[in-house]
Amino acid sequence: MKLIERFEQGKFVITCEVGPPKGIEIEKVIDELEALRSKVDAFNVTDLQSSVMRVGSLATCRLLKDRNLEPICQLTCRDRNRLGLQSDVLSAAVLGIKNLLCLTGDHPKLGDHPEAMPVFDLDSVQLLSAIKALMDGKDMGGNDLEGRPPDFCLGAVVNPGAEPLEPQIMKMEKKVEAGAEFFQTQAVYEVDKFAAFIEKVKHLKVPVMAGIVLLKSPAMARFMNANVAGIYVPDQIINELAGVAKEKRVEKSLEISARLIRELKGLCQGIHIMSLGWERHIPAVLEMAGF
Amino acid sequence: MLFTQNKPIEEVLESLGTEKNIFLLACNGCAEACGTGGEKGLSEMGAELEKAGKKITGTCLVDFLCNKVLVTTRLSREMDKIQQANSIVVLTCGIGVQAVSAVVDKVVHPADNTVSLGGLAGLWPSDERCQACGDCALDYTGGICPVTSCTKGLLNGPCGGAADGKCEIDSEKDCGWIKIYERLEKVGRLENLKKIRTPRDHSKMLPSEQLRKTSFYDIETKT
Repeated sequence: MKLIERFEQGKFVITCEVGPPKGIEIEKVIDELEALRSKVDAFNVTDLQSSVMRVGSLATCRLLKDRNLEPICQLTCRDRNRLGLQSDVLSAAVLGIKNLLCLTGDHPKLGDHPEAMPVFDLDSVQLLSAIKALMDGKDMGGNDLEGRPPDFCLGAVVNPGAEPLEPQIMKMEKKVEAGAEFFQTQAVYEVDKFAAFIEKVKHLKVPVMAGIVLLKSPAMARFMNANVAGIYVPDQIINELAGVAKEKRVEKSLEISARLIRELKGLCQGIHIMSLGWERHIPAVLEMAGF
Repeated sequence: MLFTQNKPIEEVLESLGTEKNIFLLACNGCAEACGTGGEKGLSEMGAELEKAGKKITGTCLVDFLCNKVLVTTRLSREMDKIQQANSIVVLTCGIGVQAVSAVVDKVVHPADNTVSLGGLAGLWPSDERCQACGDCALDYTGGICPVTSCTKGLLNGPCGGAADGKCEIDSEKDCGWIKIYERLEKVGRLENLKKIRTPRDHSKMLPSEQLRKTSFYDIETKT
């Protein structure tokens, strides 16, 4: 299923992130997703998230597909040049993957192999253009593909918390021009700021899915504020979480996320949940948010 | 020493668009030696621009455009003529263009491409400001190089990783793309960022075919 079909049906689309393991025991990662089968429209499989070496997105996507769970394959420009990227796009089609999410990717310096060569032969806009060309039957070298061309729904990302915001929006416009059909955002905690962002991009007429990161602790919120670009958890939310006894933290955290989802629901066309190991709590959050 | 080649005149004219009044600037250092700058470059480019209907508000030759102090002192005497111009066309390497951009609040158009040194590093031995990519993009980025100032060398705008104007890999390093955005906003050229830039041709970074035929071209003395 192409994700765009869900948006076209007028559905409020819910996706969640799946991080493949660092090691080959992938069964338990996938088993955990069973509880989400009927709650989530599709699963984003990350591509060496945070530049940490692990199982790849393509293989994991195919394993999801085998279980009848809809995958969104993330593709970053960090590790492969245009030959590798285009080849993996064809491989994705061969494996039955219908949704690709194109990103620049974190710099290798941020991960567990900081000495690695950063590739970035293409940027995210150029990657989208290249995939679009493959969908029209041509590779970047101008050569024809044999037989029927691949067909995908292409997604991209945007950071509504970036300052200044305008360069992000200009790049978002280019991504739409290059073929992006939907957007997922960095984690959102400030509803007003998100609303202002949505106002600025409504001319693009493209579905936007707000990012939701479940807060595991006040320390995690403070860490993200200090270290993750474009994420700002307001003090009010941190205090709300810090104000309850430790054994009540999980419940409070889920309550905060559910409230955010309810507040964001009217502003966007879907949400993308990044649960970072808390996949088991997603059904509860969704239920509390009214889904 | 940096090696340069003249950009095709059509490319220069395309980037000038409807700008009529041009201040022409050339480097008398490496670009003179390459035959792409100096007196020769100034007069040839001046003639081409006039042929295309442009008005030259003034010209200036600076010994080393890579030297910001020299550029500042020399250009301060030409400010009247620079102010009359819509933009500046510069015959120099990628560093020279960036040095001019850094001291004058005018749109700067490079007229040369900086190409591989073929092993001959000289006055500016490092590639931290100019990687000699062979396809100078400083024109549309407001005189700040996206290849060297962005850690990922992105051509179409910032990634999502910058925080407080700094790069995701180093909180003390400026985000090149935010600098580019601010610069283009200052010179009124934000529309430059709307066009999708196509992927780079990395073969343009290689030394010439001739040089690459031997493995040790840079240390051989044979002429």
